[in-house]
This record gives sequence, structure tokens and C-alpha cells, in this order.
Amino acid sequence: MPLSSTVLATEQPHRPAQAPPQDHGVVRARRWMKQKLFPTAFQSVVTLVTLALLVWFVPRTLDWLIFSATFTGDSQADCIGDGACWLPVTQRIGLFVYGFYPDTQTWRVDIAFALSAAIFPLLYLKRIDRRWVLGYLIALPFVMWWLLKGGAGLPEVSSTKFAGILVTVFLGVIGMLFALPIGILLALGRRSSKPAIKLLSVLYIELVRSVPVITLLFMASLMIQLFFPEGFTVDILLRVLIVLIMFTAAYMAETIRGGLQGMPRGQYEAARALGFSYWKTMGMIILPQVLRNTIPPLLTQFIGLFKETTLVVVVGVLDVVGIAMSTTSAPEWLGLEHEVYLFLAFFFFTICFALSRYARHLEKQLEKSRS
Amino acid sequence: MSTAPISNVATPAHDAPVVRIQNLNKWYDKFHALKDISLDVRSGERIVICGPSGSGKSTLIRCINQLEVHQQGTLEVLGETLDDNRQRLQRIRRSVGMCFQHFNLFPHLSVLKNCTLPQTANLGIAQADAIEHALSLLDRVQMREHANKYPGQLSGGQQQRIAIARALCMRPKVMLFDEPTSALDPEMIAEVLEVMVDLAKEGMTMLCVTHEMGFARRVADRVVFMDRGEIVEEAPPRQFFDAPRSPRTQQFLTQILDHGVSNA
Repeated sequence: MPLSSTVLATEQPHRPAQAPPQDHGVVRARRWMKQKLFPTAFQSVVTLVTLALLVWFVPRTLDWLIFSATFTGDSQADCIGDGACWLPVTQRIGLFVYGFYPDTQTWRVDIAFALSAAIFPLLYLKRIDRRWVLGYLIALPFVMWWLLKGGAGLPEVSSTKFAGILVTVFLGVIGMLFALPIGILLALGRRSSKPAIKLLSVLYIELVRSVPVITLLFMASLMIQLFFPEGFTVDILLRVLIVLIMFTAAYMAETIRGGLQGMPRGQYEAARALGFSYWKTMGMIILPQVLRNTIPPLLTQFIGLFKETTLVVVVGVLDVVGIAMSTTSAPEWLGLEHEVYLFLAFFFFTICFALSRYARHLEKQLEKSRS
Repeated sequence: MSTAPISNVATPAHDAPVVRIQNLNKWYDKFHALKDISLDVRSGERIVICGPSGSGKSTLIRCINQLEVHQQGTLEVLGETLDDNRQRLQRIRRSVGMCFQHFNLFPHLSVLKNCTLPQTANLGIAQADAIEHALSLLDRVQMREHANKYPGQLSGGQQQRIAIARALCMRPKVMLFDEPTSALDPEMIAEVLEVMVDLAKEGMTMLCVTHEMGFARRVADRVVFMDRGEIVEEAPPRQFFDAPRSPRTQQFLTQILDHGVSNA
């Protein structure tokens, strides 16, 4: 027998809604200035000083950076203006981006960059089936490794040829995509009811988190070799990659554990009551929610990983910082450290700022979907 | 309106109990939460369990699908004994539906997906069949038009009705209700009780922990009164409400009826 609909409330007439009062644009602007810029005497002074500093600083900086700067030329002798001399960067841009990668093969690097950049529109578009996105993310590190290192149809490229932005992106993207699943497993392990699994996870996470990355990198470059028979060497790129993955995974595990703890018990209970097994509960009910909630902090960790890749320079891998260092010590570009390191800062700032804006955007989206 | 059966309740050839609880004991640390509980529920029976808070009534029904693990006594559900065999437990859970006080819908899934995912993931039912079954049940609880919304967009009463539909999607042989109306605003209680009354009329075996005495009077075959971890009184509703034997029951009924919580 169908339900009776006694539950519907009866409609009663009520007052029509009114639009909030609207001010004229000029009135609003004046009020905004009064409230935000000059509310008190002290605030007004702060505003004026800030303004003065901006007026003094911005034109000079822009002039040095761009308007009086030299972008074209062959050597330092061409830098005759008062501004920055960007020639060490523009002249060596190929070295900065591709490192020592063979000239005829740089298209492989371009494809790898494009594939990495494609992650973001993929995460952004909601119409694409999640399974495709997931498949792409799982396949990407392997495709990138194959594409850049070669083998199976592509000529092999030695790790010694890897340098510059190529190394940074290579380590950053592959590191991130491996660190996340390992981090998830560690987080689940840490909350496991099995004492052995729990102990191992806790030990691992706490050990790795208590040691500086740089120590781990030195250990990777020197000690891992001790565990293998003589004559057998693990690729140096692979060694630092493993360290970065292990390190980031430990931190991600803690972030995800926080998300797991934040899940209401009712979600686990409902899933169990409906007959979901442990792995199905995690994979279909709990983790999708946890990951969605922890995307912003995870992206922050990715930004951290991206910057930490620069530490590989201490074990002799020439990432973009390594190239910058070699540039500033090259005789023909001596004395241009400012420009070279500013370029480096600009490169990291662009990518990390974009990532953090993206994280902020996702956070806002989450807030919207929660309400 | 669709007339799809709410479940495929099997009418057992013999009168074997769907749930058989014998001398069940449970402790939380040192606290003795369930004391020697014995209760048989036959197929098609509607049992209402009531009692003051902390009396162990929720713990008792949560033992039936092992959301709580008991330490002593035996518990048989649909002829299978609950122990630490995971496979058997999962099989039992798939034929025992449960509704919670706080609905516990999955907020990241649409209403429809909430109802189809358990079927496809745990019963191996094809997507198309799962959708058809889910829609017919959403129709029964008058929520079909909201199938593509997300739980967060709906009121408590609507969410609880969906939670009932989701549990029914598993084609359960018995339904457990753990205070399904306690977290609802007063004006939404009726719509949920309505669904439960319909379900009872269908012949579904039900165990309900509830303070809704009007509901108990209308549909229960037996009312079980619990206090401090034990069953104090067990009687058909008429006898239970009109002539309670135990003084503890009398006291409880006076308290709850005086507040006018549930005079239906």
C-alpha cells in the first residue's frame, strides 16, 4: 500500500521577499575607502606609508627587471643598460629546461611536460569519468619513466644527461604520484587493528619524519649501494626518487590519517551494516570522502615535495638549482648571480603559486558542496 | 505508484526464529552492558524495544549484525551462528538491514548511488537492475524525485526515508531500527514512522529501538522493556501499556507518557 501524504505541510500566504537596499557605486566606493583605508589616524598613516613605498618601489623594480634589462645578446659585454642582464638565462635556456638531454630527443621531454601539465585540467573537469582520471594518474609515472629514460623502442638516455627543470618535474611528478598511494597504505596501516601492521607503519612514519631529507638523500647516494653486490648499481635518479617518495609518503600518511580520524563512525557502521568488506568500505566509502577533504593539504605537501627536489643537488644530481650554480660559476657569466637566482625564484614561484591557488580553489569548492 | 515488493521476505516452512538470542552477555571494559539476554524473533514479527537511555537496547540490536561484539552467549541470525567467521558475518549483514539514528547516508554519493552501490558491490547485481530496484524503493518512500540529489541537500526526514530505502535495497530478511526518529525535528517524525508502518504491514520482520509509543501500540507484536542491561518485561502492546507488571515499566511509562512525547 503506498504512503499517504499527510506529511505535507499546508501552504499559507506570507509576505513577499524584498531585495536588499542597493547603494550607488560612488557612495559605496567612498564608504569602502573610509572603512578599509582610513578608519583611524593610525590606520591612515599605515595606508599612506604603504602607498608611498609601493610608488617608490614598484617602478624602480620593474625598470630594473624589464624596461632597462637586456634580453638579447651573446655575452656579458652586450649588457650595457642599467637593468638586469638576463643573458645567462636566455642564452642557456635549453640547458635550464632540458639539461644535457640529447638535442634530437628533446621532444620526449616536451611530451612529458605536457602530460604532467594535463593533470590539472583533468582534475578540474567534472564531466570526465573519475576512473579515466585515476587510470591516467596511475599510468603517468610509468609512461614518464619510459618516455624520458627510454627502452622499449626509444633510445636509452643515461641519467647523467638528466638536469635542469627536467629533473625537477621528473622527480616532482613521479614522486607525488607514487607517494600518494603509499601514504594511503601507511595511513590505513597506522589505524589497523593488526598489531604487526600497525607497529611497522608507526615505526616507519616516525623514523622517516624524524630524519632530515638531506640525511636520507646522503644515505641513498652512499649507503644503498652497500646493500647490493659489487658491480650492481642502482640508478642515482631512481635512488633519490625512492627517498623523495618514501619521505613524502610518510608526511602524506599523517595528513590522510587526520582525515580518517575525522570521518564520523556512522560512515563505517553504515558500510559494515550493508555488508561492505574492509577494502570495499575503504575504497568506496571512506577514502573518496577523506581524499576529497584532504586534497588541499595534500597539494600543499606536493608543493613541499616540488621544492625539496632541489636538495638532490647535494648528492650530485643537477636539477634546476644545479644548473643555476654551474651558470653563476661559469667564467663568461660571473657576477650575474642576482639574475640567475631571481629566475630560479620566479620559476618556483610561478609553479608553486599556481598550485596553491589551485588548492585554495578546491577548498572553496569543498566549502560550497558541504553547505 | 509502483507496487514492487519491498523485500522478498521468505515465509519459512517451519516456525524457526529469524533471530535467536540466548543468554547474551556483553561488557564495555568492566561495565556490564547486556545481562543474560534471551529473545527469539520469528519471521514476520515486529518487536519494539524500549527503555531508559543507557539500558542497553541499542547495544542489543547492534549485536545482531555484530556492530558490537558480544562476549558470552549465542546469537543466531537466519539459522547461522554469529562468531568471528568474517565470510559468514558479511553474509548475515547483507540480509539484515539497519537504520541508524543519524541516517549515515554516504554524503559523497547521490541518493540513487547510495541505494545502488551496496547492491552492485555486495550482492553482485547488475547496474541496470540495481537502478530499477532502487528507483522502485525510492518511489515507495516518496523520494524518487530526489534520486539525483545529494544527502546534504535533503531534510532529516527525507534522509531517514532514503536510509530505509537503501537498507531495503539489499532485500533484507529482517530490519533493525536504532532510534530512527530520535534525531529528527518533530514535524518529520510522522513521515518516517509512516514508512515503517507500511513496512510492518508488508510483513517485514522488524526490531525497533524507539521511544515512539504510539508506533509501538500500532504495529508491535511484542514490546520489550529493557533497563540496566536486562529485559525487564516482554508483552504484547495492549498488555504492556494497559497492565504493565513490573514497577520499573510502570515508572518508565509514566515518565514517557507524561511528557506527551508520543501520544499518537
